[in-house]
Amino acid sequence: MKVLIAKPGLDGHDRGAKVVAHALRDAGVEVVYSGLKRTPEEIVQAAIQEDVDVVGLSVLSGAHALLARRVVEGLRAHGAGDIKVVVGGIIPPRDVAELRRLGAARVFPMGTPLPEIVDAFTKQDL
Amino acid sequence: MKELRAHAGFPIKPVYGPQDAAGVDVERDIGRPGEYPFTRGIHPHMYRERLWTMRQYIGFGTPAETNARFKYLMAHGQDALNVAFDLPTQLGLDSDDPRAEGEVGRVGMAVDSLADMEEAFAGIPLDRVSVSLTINGMAAPITAMYYAVAAQQGAAADRVVTTPQNDILKEFIARGTWVYPVEPSLRLVADLIEFSAKRYPRSNPVSVCGYHIREAGCTTAQEMAYGLAIAAAYVELMLARGMSVDDFAPRLSFNFTAWGKIFEEVAKFRAGRRLYARMMRERFGARNPKSWMFRSLIGGGGSAFVMQEPENNIVRGAYIALAAALSGAQTIALPTYDEAYTIPSAKAQLLALRTMQICAEESGAADTVDPLAGSYYVEALTGEMETTILAELARVERMGGIVEAVKSGALQAEVARQAYFFERKLVSGEIPKVAANCHVGEPVGADPEVEVYAFDPKAVESQLARLARVRRERDDRTARTALRRLSDGARGAGNLMEPIMECVKAYATLGEIARAMQDVFGEHKESVKF
Repeated sequence: MKVLIAKPGLDGHDRGAKVVAHALRDAGVEVVYSGLKRTPEEIVQAAIQEDVDVVGLSVLSGAHALLARRVVEGLRAHGAGDIKVVVGGIIPPRDVAELRRLGAARVFPMGTPLPEIVDAFTKQDL
Repeated sequence: MKELRAHAGFPIKPVYGPQDAAGVDVERDIGRPGEYPFTRGIHPHMYRERLWTMRQYIGFGTPAETNARFKYLMAHGQDALNVAFDLPTQLGLDSDDPRAEGEVGRVGMAVDSLADMEEAFAGIPLDRVSVSLTINGMAAPITAMYYAVAAQQGAAADRVVTTPQNDILKEFIARGTWVYPVEPSLRLVADLIEFSAKRYPRSNPVSVCGYHIREAGCTTAQEMAYGLAIAAAYVELMLARGMSVDDFAPRLSFNFTAWGKIFEEVAKFRAGRRLYARMMRERFGARNPKSWMFRSLIGGGGSAFVMQEPENNIVRGAYIALAAALSGAQTIALPTYDEAYTIPSAKAQLLALRTMQICAEESGAADTVDPLAGSYYVEALTGEMETTILAELARVERMGGIVEAVKSGALQAEVARQAYFFERKLVSGEIPKVAANCHVGEPVGADPEVEVYAFDPKAVESQLARLARVRRERDDRTARTALRRLSDGARGAGNLMEPIMECVKAYATLGEIARAMQDVFGEHKESVKF
């Protein structure tokens, strides 16, 4: 499995993104990290070029719904709708269902134990 | 017996006695409060003469909404402000910039021009209220707007007390609101320090932040070490401009966190104060005792709070307030219990303010100066922290110094590595979190048990309309001329604050001002390492 961990939008907090990237790498997953402040279009392009199976979006600014929708729609528009999108960050519980509706395979709000996130990837439970 | 370690890494013994503090030279290492090396605090009588300033971090939606929240908290006894700006503002993008979509007014208030700052501080006398501005990459233009509003209000320049954060190095390390490459970014930091030192003698033109680096995952000792290294880098920057250290050092200030183990946090600040005093006096030759003082905002630490059973975070906040008070803070700001969900509600802000007030008025923590001094444990810990901080400073030097370590990404990689270690300790339970990894209750459902802030999308429309009106009503030619002068200035080597002030007063937008500099400076390319 290959994963792109990406920071869409303007949010500069990358602790969570890097912790998840470290943990996935330790679990044997191939991980690419985008760096900060990528546009949804840049993330879609990187996901296709790197030929990843999953894109993990990390958003702590509150803009998660718009950014996740843009990435999901962008992947579909480029014929890459099979690439799954998961979202983590400061996600109020009431927004989890909305993100799922927008096409997020899994949502990991603040407080999700790290092993639960790693298991979701390694056991392909996405 | 279970082995315990400080967050800084060294072991903690079950019992401390006289032998553990035997190496302490009371005169040299502890001294008296208000005297070099300030281990016990920077004022002789601390809170008996002046209580810490209470300064919650506030900002959301439009300037008008934020202004109302300012007034709400001030009506409940908050005596100073700390302004949160939204991400487009922090990155120099106007609210109608395509990159700002979805982010306008989200994590702070939106500011597009001087008109917004006028509205944010309407009815708040800027010659009496001190205001921190959490702004870094855009510190120069936003502080220029603040100075312009103060002047409009008729506040004398020597009565204006503001603290723009203006600490770009920690943005490259931890918080991410950089725009320009490292060197021009440092130039802007120095421009604002120099301009403020000459024209606004009571402003604090930089607040060096260990806080955000700690929030990004580093240890307690690293937080202090990196903060001291950043402060030294700014001092060197100003000395290279030909300023004398005592011309600006009395107004340098610090922003640190205190969410960890209470006694370790206290020891961190006691050690940090004496290391800073020694550095300023011995290494930089400062003669004014005010230049030796580590003046600090302490608090923060949203990373200590958890989503499970969020009301428990109120209790955690009370311990942070206690740790900050025992640490000798000049200002305290607390995270709010709902931060794992979203930005604070008015109720959560008021509870944080009440927590500080209870700590100040009821707990007795403010009754006497540095009450933990002389404790075998705390004096031994202070010594251990000093040793560990010095070792971390030496590591930074081995990375080529703080500026090189930031440019190469080596420091960012170290912070990320520590964040991962920390997370693994949470998973193993070595670092306990009640209701999250021990004493776990029912899982969190779709609705938290607390009411959380809900973003009002109407704020965006109203902000876009205001921006359009400013562009329509201003004298466009004056704004364009000022922006051209700023670009010309950026090509040269002079201080950019005057040309920025001119742009601001002509109602050039923040996005236009940022762009005028970016055309010359270019954009920072992040060295991505994890």
